[in-house]
Amino acid sequence: MSEQAVRLRGKDLLGIADLTASEISLILDTAEAMKEVSARPIKKVPALRGKTVINLFYEPSTRTRTSFEVAEKRLSADTLNIAIATSSVVKGETLIDTALNLEAMNPDVIVLRHASSGACHLLARTCRAGVVNAGDGMHEHPTQGLLDAFTIRERKGRLRGLKVAIIGDMLHSRVFRSNVYLLTKMGAEVWACGPPTLMPVGIEQLGVRATTSVEEAVADADAVMMLRIQLERMQGGFFPSLREYFQVFGMTPERVRLAKPDAIIMHPGPMNRGVEIASEVADGPASVILDQVANGVAVRMAVLYLLAGGGDDETAA
Amino acid sequence: MRLLLKGARVIDPASGVDGARDILIEDGRIALVDRDIPAGEAGDTRVVELGPALVICPGFIDMHVHLREPGYEHKETVATGAAAAVAGGFTAVACMPNTNPVNDSASVTRFILKQAAEASLARVYPIGAVSKGSDGRELAEMADMRDAGCVAFSDDGRPVATALLMRRALEYAGMLGLPVIDHCEDKTLAGEGVAHEGFHASQLGLRGIPSASEDVMVERDIVLAAMTGSHAHIAHLSTAGALRSVRGAKARGVRVTCEVAPHHFTLSDERLLAPLAYDTNLKMNPPLRHAADRDALVEGLRDGTVDVIATDHAPHHADDKKVEFDRASFGIVGLETAVSLSLDRLVHAGIITLARMVELLSANPARILRVPGGRLREGDAADLTVLAPDLRVTVSAASFRSKSRNTPYDGWALRGGVAATVVGGRVLFVNPDVPQAAGLGRV
Repeated sequence: MSEQAVRLRGKDLLGIADLTASEISLILDTAEAMKEVSARPIKKVPALRGKTVINLFYEPSTRTRTSFEVAEKRLSADTLNIAIATSSVVKGETLIDTALNLEAMNPDVIVLRHASSGACHLLARTCRAGVVNAGDGMHEHPTQGLLDAFTIRERKGRLRGLKVAIIGDMLHSRVFRSNVYLLTKMGAEVWACGPPTLMPVGIEQLGVRATTSVEEAVADADAVMMLRIQLERMQGGFFPSLREYFQVFGMTPERVRLAKPDAIIMHPGPMNRGVEIASEVADGPASVILDQVANGVAVRMAVLYLLAGGGDDETAA
Repeated sequence: MRLLLKGARVIDPASGVDGARDILIEDGRIALVDRDIPAGEAGDTRVVELGPALVICPGFIDMHVHLREPGYEHKETVATGAAAAVAGGFTAVACMPNTNPVNDSASVTRFILKQAAEASLARVYPIGAVSKGSDGRELAEMADMRDAGCVAFSDDGRPVATALLMRRALEYAGMLGLPVIDHCEDKTLAGEGVAHEGFHASQLGLRGIPSASEDVMVERDIVLAAMTGSHAHIAHLSTAGALRSVRGAKARGVRVTCEVAPHHFTLSDERLLAPLAYDTNLKMNPPLRHAADRDALVEGLRDGTVDVIATDHAPHHADDKKVEFDRASFGIVGLETAVSLSLDRLVHAGIITLARMVELLSANPARILRVPGGRLREGDAADLTVLAPDLRVTVSAASFRSKSRNTPYDGWALRGGVAATVVGGRVLFVNPDVPQAAGLGRV
C-alpha cells in the first residue's frame, strides 16, 4: 500500500492529525535508534551540531521542557529556554511579535508550549523555522502521543489490534486528542471513558468507543492510560468531588484486574495519586509511567532529528 | 434636474413589478416608474440607457452593522462604513449601539446622525441601547432616542441578559412602536466558547458555543413577545433549532422576525480546519454552525421564515485578528460581500428568486424598522440598488472601502455584483467593472 516514509513532509510538527501512519512509523523507528544513544556512556551525537533550538514556553512545564532540552543537548543542538509568564489580564507582546523577534536570530526549530489551541499554527505560518508543538491549549500534544505509542509498541511489539483505554478528562486534554489520532491511525481500538461532562462533543466521530463505565473500558485492555484530573474542573461543576471521581473512575487494583493480565498502566503526568489513580497501581508492576518519561527523550530526539537534522541529502557525497 | 434610467429590468416586490421599466427621478425622488418613458425636452433630462442585463431594485438596507464610531475609529467610522455600504449596494444601514460611549442616549444618537450627514453617503439609522451602557440593568431613554432618530433598540454584542429586562424592554419599545432586536445567547451556556460546539471544535480543541445557548434565548424571546404583544427581532439567527422556533411562533401569530447573516448561509464550522486552520476571520458570534444548520437557514431563506439578510458587519483592525484564535475579536466585515454572496449562493443556486432577494434585503428590513424605502413608490426618495446579476466578481479585501479587511471571502470568485448605488437620486457608487452602468458616470 503506502511506502515507508523516509522523511516528514512538513517543516513543522503541529499535530498528529497532520501525520500519515507512515510518518508516525518513521518517527517511532527513528526513536528506537535514539533510545540506544541515551543508553550509551557518552550520550551525545552530532546530528544537530550548529543548529539552534528555542524552547518557547508560555505555560509552566517541568517534564516536557526538560525532556525537550535533554533531547536537544543529546543531539548537540544549541538550545535556549524562554519562559513567558502570561495571563489574560496582562497582554504583553503578541505571539507574532515575539516570534518575529526570535526569527531574526535565525533559529532552526522553535518548540512552543502555549495555552491557546492553534497557537503553533499561527507561529508556523509566521516563521521560517520549524515549529514543534509541545502542547497547545486543548488541541494537541503530539510528542506525548508519540512517546505513549512508542511505550506501548515497545511493550507489546505492535499497535494494530490492541485495545487501549483512555480514562479521565477528555474534554480539556490535548494528550487525549493526540493519542486518539495516533492510535486510531495505527489501527488500535481506543476506548474513552470519563464523566459525560468531560467528554468532547462528537467524541465517537474521532473514531473511539466512548463509555461512562470504567469497567467496560478496561475489560481486556492491553493498555490503560489515565489522564490528569484538575481540581479546577470540580470547581467548574464538571463533577461533584474528587472523592466521588475516584469512586467512579479511579484506577484501582480491582479495576486493573479486569484488563489483560499483561496490560500496562500509563499516565502522562503529573499524577494526582488517589484522584485518578491509586498509588498501588501507579507504583505497581504493570506501571510504565517512568518508561514513558524515558521514552519522551528518545521520541523528541527523533522528531528534532527528522525536522532539523540531515537536510543535506542533495549535497551528501 | 431629472434622471431617466432606461431599459433595465425593475424588480419591486411591494408593487408586484418584475420586468422592463424606465424610472424617472426628479429632485431626488422617484417621479415615475413605467414602460418607455419619453425623455421629454432635450437638455433638462439626463437619459441613461442601462439595458436589460441590469436590475434596478429598491435600495438595499442592512439592518445590522457596526460602524464603531464613537470610540473605535481605528476599526471603522460612520463615514467609512457608509462608504462601504454604498460600494456594497446598500443605500441605508442601521448601526448597533455598542460604541464607546454606548449609544444609550439621544446625544450619542445625534452625534452619529451628524457624522452620517457629513459623510452624506448611505443613510444611517442608529439603533439605541436597550439598557444604559448596555449593561443589562436599567432601561435606556428609549423615547428620547426615538425622537432623536433611533429606529430600534438592542444591546447587541450582548444578549438582553434577564427575562425581566427583556419583558420591560418589549413593553416599553412596544409603546414607541419600535422593535427590540436581541442577540440571542445564554451566556451561562456559551461560557468562554469561541467556536460552534461540535465535532470540529472538539478536533481543534476550541471551547464550544452550543446551539442550545441560542435556542433557549430565542425561545425565551418568543414567549415574551407573545406575552407582551410587542415585536421582537432575532439578530443573526444561526441554528436550525432557533429557526424552527421562529417558524412555529410565526404560525401562531407571535410578532417575531429574524435575520440571517451571509456567513451563516455560506459557511459552516468544518472551514475552521481547512484550508487555513484556526483562521481568525472565521471567528464570529454566533459562530459558524454545523453544515446542517447552514442548510436549514438556506431553507428558511427559501420558505419565508427568514425575513432579512443582514450582514452583522463587524470591522476589526488587523491587530485584533492576528492573534491566537481564542484571543481574537469576534466578527467579520460584510457590507461589501453580502450582495455577491446572496446572488451567487441563493439566486444563481436556484434557492430563491431575485424578487425574494429584494424582499430580504430591502422590503422586509424597511418594514421591520419602519423606515422609508423598501419599494419603488412615486414620490419617495430615489434610493436604488442596481445589480449586475451575471457579473464575475473576485472579492478583493484590499480594495474594500471599509477601514477593516477582516473577511474570510478574500479571493472568492462569485457570480453577481453591484452595478451602482443611488441614494436620494444621487449616484454614489458606480462599479467600473460594469460597462452597462458607465452612463451613470464615474464616482
